[in-house]
Amino acid sequence: MITGSGSAAGEQITVASDQDVVRVRQLVRTLAVAVKLSLVDQTKIVTAASELARNTLVYGGGGTVAVSRVENGRRAGIRIVFADEGPGIPDLDLALTDGYTTGGGLGLGLSGARRLVDEFDIDTAVGRGTTISVTKWCR
Amino acid sequence: MALSSDEGSRFADLLKGHEEAVGAAWTEQIAATLRGRLSHAELQRQTTELQKGFQSALAGGAQDIGDDAAAELRAQLSDLSSARARQGFTANETAISVFALKDAVLKVLDNGDPNVLRDYVAFSAFIDRAGLFTFDSYVRAREELIADQAEQLLELSTPVVKLWDGVVAVPLVGTLDSARAQVVMERLLQTLVDTGSPYAIIDITGVPAVDTQVAQHILKTVVAARLMGADCIISGIRPQIAQTIVALGIEFGDIATKSSLADALRHVIRLTGTKRQER
Repeated sequence: MITGSGSAAGEQITVASDQDVVRVRQLVRTLAVAVKLSLVDQTKIVTAASELARNTLVYGGGGTVAVSRVENGRRAGIRIVFADEGPGIPDLDLALTDGYTTGGGLGLGLSGARRLVDEFDIDTAVGRGTTISVTKWCR
Repeated sequence: MALSSDEGSRFADLLKGHEEAVGAAWTEQIAATLRGRLSHAELQRQTTELQKGFQSALAGGAQDIGDDAAAELRAQLSDLSSARARQGFTANETAISVFALKDAVLKVLDNGDPNVLRDYVAFSAFIDRAGLFTFDSYVRAREELIADQAEQLLELSTPVVKLWDGVVAVPLVGTLDSARAQVVMERLLQTLVDTGSPYAIIDITGVPAVDTQVAQHILKTVVAARLMGADCIISGIRPQIAQTIVALGIEFGDIATKSSLADALRHVIRLTGTKRQER
């Protein structure tokens, strides 16, 4: 899935605890500053990464997060791929509904993260796991 | 290759017989790796004690560092490791303090005798395990140090301050995870009771990212404070945080929010009708 033109080799973090979510956040912030995202966009992508990494941990039972710099000729951006081999999402539309949660949270993580990024791809199947890929471009 | 009790006692005798020569060579070796960060007298004291430890463990029939006879030696080694860990030495420098005994012993050995060499190999394996034990103790000491610091940080990073008569503030700095959120909530609620304050300001200027988990922790704290009859104001909402919160879809409902702590305080003072005291 990481085929974006000119995608640079990124870094990968294994997410197995709350501390790893913090590390993901720090890595994303560092890269977001490096590709010169605006302060608002930095905050948005960091928050989205935080939400999705926590989902990977809580619902996917842990997984990996790969963060890389991407370019499409005109603009630079940051792409993050969250992959887990957890139970998968049975009803994607329901999961993407604001306020729906199975874990006692606010139910805004997945749907909110989608609104915080420019591109949002989700590939999930029950029993196989979930892979979410998000991209934020410089404006 | 375990050390037999014969070999052990021969080495105990050897250590005793060449006590000064081995001690001096050993101290010299360690001093070279530590490059003057510990005084010579201090090192000499440590090696002398350790040498006695090794001697009595071997004389007592210890075949492995895990044996009962080596209990005293183990205690000495872990004391040494934790002291070195706290003094800021590396794991390498700590373990070398033990491994250097091998070289020191080799110097006083009669190399011509093949039996002596065989003994030496067994003895060397014993030292290796002692060295690894030191390494383990060192790591454990460092982990304890880190855990202590994390705890101290948690204490430090969640102050509740009295800002005005009847107004307390919680300046949050850093990541707000579940453990910290719990500490913050406990502290705030306790301070509300202790000071009888009807207002609390939660300042999130120092929180780098407000995601749904952070928001949920804050909301819960506000609800708990309300149950106790106190009103909460959230301050320190910067433009980028405001936009992110809107995009995420988090709603703070009827909770008052302000962009700065000063605004929040002004808001509370206006509510209470307190006149500003000019000096």
